[in-house]
Amino acid sequence: MPQHETGATPPTPAQEVRDFLWRRSEQIAQRWADEPLFRAVFTVSREEAVEAGKAVVDALAQVADSQRVEDPDAAGFTGVREQLARMGAARSRAGLSATQVSSELAALLPPVENLLVADLEQEEPERLREASTALSVLLGTLRLVAMQTALSEIQALTDRQRLQLLEVATPVIKLWDGIVAVPLIGTLDSARSQVVMETLLNAVVDQHARFAILDITGVPTVDSLVAQHLMKTVAAARLMGAECVVSGIRPAIAQTIVHLGLDLGTVKTRAGLADALAYCLHELGTNIVAAAPGGAGRR
Amino acid sequence: MHTGAGVEARLPIRSDMDLVWVRQHVRQAAAKLGFSLVDQTKLVTAASELARNTLVHGGGGRMEASHVTTGGTDGLRLAFSDSGPGIPDLDRALSDGYTSGGGLGMGLGGARRLVHDFAVETAPGAGTTVRVTSWVSRPPRLRGDV
Amino acid sequence: MSGGFSRPMAGHVPVLRLGDMLLVTLQGALHDSMADQLQQDLAETIVGSRIRGVVIDISGVEMIDSFLGRVLAEIAAQTELLAARTVVAGMRPAVAITLVELGLTLPGLRTALTTEAAMELLAQPIVPVRTGGVREESP
Repeated sequence: MPQHETGATPPTPAQEVRDFLWRRSEQIAQRWADEPLFRAVFTVSREEAVEAGKAVVDALAQVADSQRVEDPDAAGFTGVREQLARMGAARSRAGLSATQVSSELAALLPPVENLLVADLEQEEPERLREASTALSVLLGTLRLVAMQTALSEIQALTDRQRLQLLEVATPVIKLWDGIVAVPLIGTLDSARSQVVMETLLNAVVDQHARFAILDITGVPTVDSLVAQHLMKTVAAARLMGAECVVSGIRPAIAQTIVHLGLDLGTVKTRAGLADALAYCLHELGTNIVAAAPGGAGRR
Repeated sequence: MHTGAGVEARLPIRSDMDLVWVRQHVRQAAAKLGFSLVDQTKLVTAASELARNTLVHGGGGRMEASHVTTGGTDGLRLAFSDSGPGIPDLDRALSDGYTSGGGLGMGLGGARRLVHDFAVETAPGAGTTVRVTSWVSRPPRLRGDV
Repeated sequence: MSGGFSRPMAGHVPVLRLGDMLLVTLQGALHDSMADQLQQDLAETIVGSRIRGVVIDISGVEMIDSFLGRVLAEIAAQTELLAARTVVAGMRPAVAITLVELGLTLPGLRTALTTEAAMELLAQPIVPVRTGGVREESP
């Protein structure tokens, strides 16, 4: 981009655009208020749409002032990021695809460009051309910022939901004083394995559990990555002073483990949850004796 | 290379006291960006390993920390540099069990497993720079092992 | 034999004596030189005393790197040579996860959930114990 010296010399294209945006803020906002993007998002009143439009024009002028028309990280955008995200999100909720939202954003350029042309009609064609290039770059950057912000909002939302789902899917049950269990159901991918590990270890601390049982009866398959996570969980529990027992290894999974050549050597395993519990109770020195026949109950 | 901001802190690594500062700084910076407790601990531990390498093998140097963003995700980038003798055999230095002094041979290879992105620049006699980056709220699995 | 003493000297980690046990509490910011010093201090304290066990409380430690991990492993090995046992107590979950990810599982180390559990463990006759759990041997 050609840079002129500031001072008495003619303004740079970016400065030209900045002055134009300041001068025409009201008119631009008025025109934008009639565009589908603003009309659809600000349904309460036209004034609301005009106000929102002015905020965007101000932000653009600020960015132009900093001479960073092509920089989506320019400070000027900070103030309108949230508003742009809200607008973008509202449009995608209304069922528009990302491309459609993007073209609605692109539609904001022509009305502004027309105003610019009208304003600079008397000037040299070269100056007009440069200013209008700067303007379209600036609006292109705005589009980028809006899309970026909207997408990251959506990303954050799905991340949050995914995490909630992971937590919900990982209940910790206290089986006895000092014994907790996590029954796992469904496929274990590595993200979930990580959550399982953290949940289990936190429960060990909270419940003062010397034993933790990971029951994988409801897990259809175990690949080497998941097996590795299981072993890491066992190793981490041991470092904390707890013992981790893995129960419910179904024959198919046992076969896979052997097949993959995985060494679960350091991991204590038991066939079922009950066996694992019996082992832990025994280790804790607790004995369970069957009640007397005839349902006499405890004595 | 994607950057959102410049270097935000520059810490000298000249003594084991400095290692404590490095750890504290990384802990605070990671907490501020919203890293989970486990991710904070991983990054602080990686920083401690790398800073110790800088001190012990590089004869001292410095750490630069910067906040980076990509696609709306925040990250913390740490660069450890020294002007020491460099690492003659990088592959060997990255393999587990390799150690040229003191530790359990977990320094470089271990640190690599604790971060998302890991890069080393080194040449004999020309010093070493290790750059690591971890990102907030990515899927928990490390992506460093490419 | 009873009572305790502490040594809050600069550069030293205080070592508290409780009967025939030593209790060491590690806190947040630990310098490498302090960890090395602790290793020496413990060896000197155990030699010629009737210390049977050392409990290292790390519940206040926010990070263990390979250096501190090595120091802990060496303290354990060294007390073993001096006919005593070391139990590391109270490791935080985030620290344990990180250590394992780092590749340090410290297989020879005795561990316990809390200092109380560690004391209980040390009060028992010597049996080969793999985990921190206090337990009876299988018949």
